[in-house]
Amino acid sequence: MIEVRNLSKNFTLHNQGGTVLPVMVGGHLDVAAGECVGLIGQSGSGKSTMMRMVYGNYLAAGGSIRIGDVDVVTALPRDIVALRRHTLGYVSQFLRVLPRVPTIDVVAEPLLVLGTPVDAARAKAAALLERLNIPQRLWALSPTTFSGGEQQRVNIARGFAHDYPALLLDEPTASLDAVNREVVLSLIEEAKARGAAILGIFHDEPARERVCDRLVDVTSFTPGLSA
Amino acid sequence: MVMMERQLSAQAAAPLLSVQGLSRYYGARIGCKDVSFDLYPGEVMGIVGESGSGKSTLLSCLAGHQRPDAGGLSYNGVDVLALSEAERRRLLRSDWAYVHQNPRDGLRMGVSAGGNVGERLMAVGARHYGQIRDTATDWLGRVEIAAERIDDRPSAFSGGMQQRLQIARNLVTAPKLVFMDEPTGGLDVSVQARLLDLLRGLVRDLGLSVVIVTHDLAVVRLLADRLMVMKSGHVVEAGLTDQVLDDPQHAYTQLLVSSVLQV
Repeated sequence: MIEVRNLSKNFTLHNQGGTVLPVMVGGHLDVAAGECVGLIGQSGSGKSTMMRMVYGNYLAAGGSIRIGDVDVVTALPRDIVALRRHTLGYVSQFLRVLPRVPTIDVVAEPLLVLGTPVDAARAKAAALLERLNIPQRLWALSPTTFSGGEQQRVNIARGFAHDYPALLLDEPTASLDAVNREVVLSLIEEAKARGAAILGIFHDEPARERVCDRLVDVTSFTPGLSA
Repeated sequence: MVMMERQLSAQAAAPLLSVQGLSRYYGARIGCKDVSFDLYPGEVMGIVGESGSGKSTLLSCLAGHQRPDAGGLSYNGVDVLALSEAERRRLLRSDWAYVHQNPRDGLRMGVSAGGNVGERLMAVGARHYGQIRDTATDWLGRVEIAAERIDDRPSAFSGGMQQRLQIARNLVTAPKLVFMDEPTGGLDVSVQARLLDLLRGLVRDLGLSVVIVTHDLAVVRLLADRLMVMKSGHVVEAGLTDQVLDDPQHAYTQLLVSSVLQV
């Protein structure tokens, strides 16, 4: 489902003397349907850079990233928008939302853009919020004032609202208590069971052990770090 | 459902607006030069750049307020620059809409709120008073203006309400393509958030294509699928909005993004 080949990335800092920083060379990985692959490597080795490139958020210098029949590296913006709507979900570490939009609608939005009727979208959102122990009295409020852990759970609910065939998870269990961590790990296991291809970063080692089928060390793609 | 998706993808195969090599000069000075892009149905494109970058000149050429000196502009396969004045006006009233930065430029301040919305309906042929009033009331509701304000003049409205009324006036005729010039400029931050949420919902529910000019990077991040960055009349960078903002390639875009104050 996700196929990365010979991926490379440079950052050119035009306003700092035009410095060119090569940050990835020969990036390579595969994630099959129903499989969860964990990215490992020391801080700064390029785990997040890899995730962002797969999502189309960072521009690759070369190589290919195939998700289904789309090559993210060469796709037009509207193809990436369509890919993100239908196929590729992303749970980042931070929630970025409009102030004043109620939590339930923040979670339902990925379904609404796909044309799901409002009632059905809200029902799915409500079920996820309940499962992630967000008290119902908060659903009508904007999550902007919530605690870090609550925001993270809203973010996860939003990421799991639509059954994406491919899913990127950036530290999904960070800042969660034991009960909610367990809920998130179950959500990941259920997504795998329905055939989702998952690529994730997990600093939580027991979580990684439990959900990941394989690990990819990105250090081997980092110029200056690879052995 | 499958059939609907097929229709959608067939529609999406042809651009709604196609711009080739569009240029506009003010004497020897460049307004905008050699701008090309295709806008597809349902796409929202942001144009950012500082004052004088040419973004407003480009928008007014696209919307038919100014005639470009060179280049091509086609809408749904029709050469817009070759249209007669009457045909062009009909397009501006029916298929297209234009939201001004200052609601006073887009509203008739001496006419009631309901009249402002109804007037545009009448311009495309609506004649039945009761239906016009019902549609106007419905649209006031959609932009969160209470029905009892229908007979008030916009001069009695707050800036945020005036801007919402201008949006209702523009969208009531179900346009396919909407041009917006700094629609949230001049509004308080809290009012901006409400307007952005409203616009996002309308764009999603009506499947609008939008070209939005702004200097506010937070606005394009929330509203636009793709982004063009302009400097000195030229497009220096274009791409997926979050990619351009998070991984800018051009020196000017890097400067623009890094100059935003973090809150």
